Amino acid sequence: MSHDHEHEERPDLALRVEALESLLTEKGFLDSKQVDAIVRHYEQDVGPLNGAKVVAKAWTDPAYKTRLLADGTAAIAELGLGGPQGEYMVVVENTKSVHNVVVCTLCSCYPWPVLGLPPAWYKSPAYRSRIVREPRAVLRELGLELPGEVEVRVWDSSSEVRYLVLPERPEGSERLSEDALRACVTRDAMIGVARARVPGDG
Amino acid sequence: MAEPSLDLAGPAAPPRRNGEMVFEAPWESRLFGLTLALCPEGRLEGEEFRRALIAAITDWERGGHQPETWSYYRCWAAALERVLAGKGLCAPPELDARERALAAREPGHDHRHD
Repeated sequence: MSHDHEHEERPDLALRVEALESLLTEKGFLDSKQVDAIVRHYEQDVGPLNGAKVVAKAWTDPAYKTRLLADGTAAIAELGLGGPQGEYMVVVENTKSVHNVVVCTLCSCYPWPVLGLPPAWYKSPAYRSRIVREPRAVLRELGLELPGEVEVRVWDSSSEVRYLVLPERPEGSERLSEDALRACVTRDAMIGVARARVPGDG
Repeated sequence: MAEPSLDLAGPAAPPRRNGEMVFEAPWESRLFGLTLALCPEGRLEGEEFRRALIAAITDWERGGHQPETWSYYRCWAAALERVLAGKGLCAPPELDARERALAAREPGHDHRHD
């Protein structure tokens, strides 16, 4: 494929956004300190570690797991987590026979309180369109090969529902504490494009 | 049309670990932050913004652009501008004028001299 075609540049909207912020602030609609605080919160405080806490608790506390699968929003709120984009959470469980994977085909809805902000690939047109039509092929490209007998379920997020995947507890993790288990749970495992694994294992 | 392939090495590559940068550029984080800051004040309604974001993404996908020029936050910016203009909170001409004014600043404008 030729690479010498006319390139459209990836956009840099720095000036445009600065203009927006300065105008909206001037009109009294916006407080820049509040913007600073929101950005700091999402860059530093909210992230997949929150979801990992939920998963590790579900792995070690069967009663919690039952509550989590019955009412995700309430069980996640028990751990003090919640907020924008996490209003109605549904948790879907991976088993030996069922593998769940999450997408938002229309925009990029994502459970912010438990996973932080979505990664670039989750928002890409390719992931959003292809994971629904050919989930096995996309998962394979992302490094997850599923046996043919495993049923793949794709969950399309909407303005009403955000999904979180409860991955299978990895082999070799039987003796780990709840704290140590958190380290087995990656963001990708909770979207459903990877397995949970004991750190350092192949 | 050829199926877009997942970008396994470029800027949209799937990270393999927790904890990567959530924004690719500072303007993306400012845009995100200011959008959220408008919500609790009631200036912006979440569902209205989401519908505009879906429309902006759909417009881009139907526009025949090069895949490598995809920018989620550019669609986000287009959606926000549209909603703000629709509500009469920020008209496109005044935004254009402010952007031109900012572009015309002297180099080093953001250095304090005190």
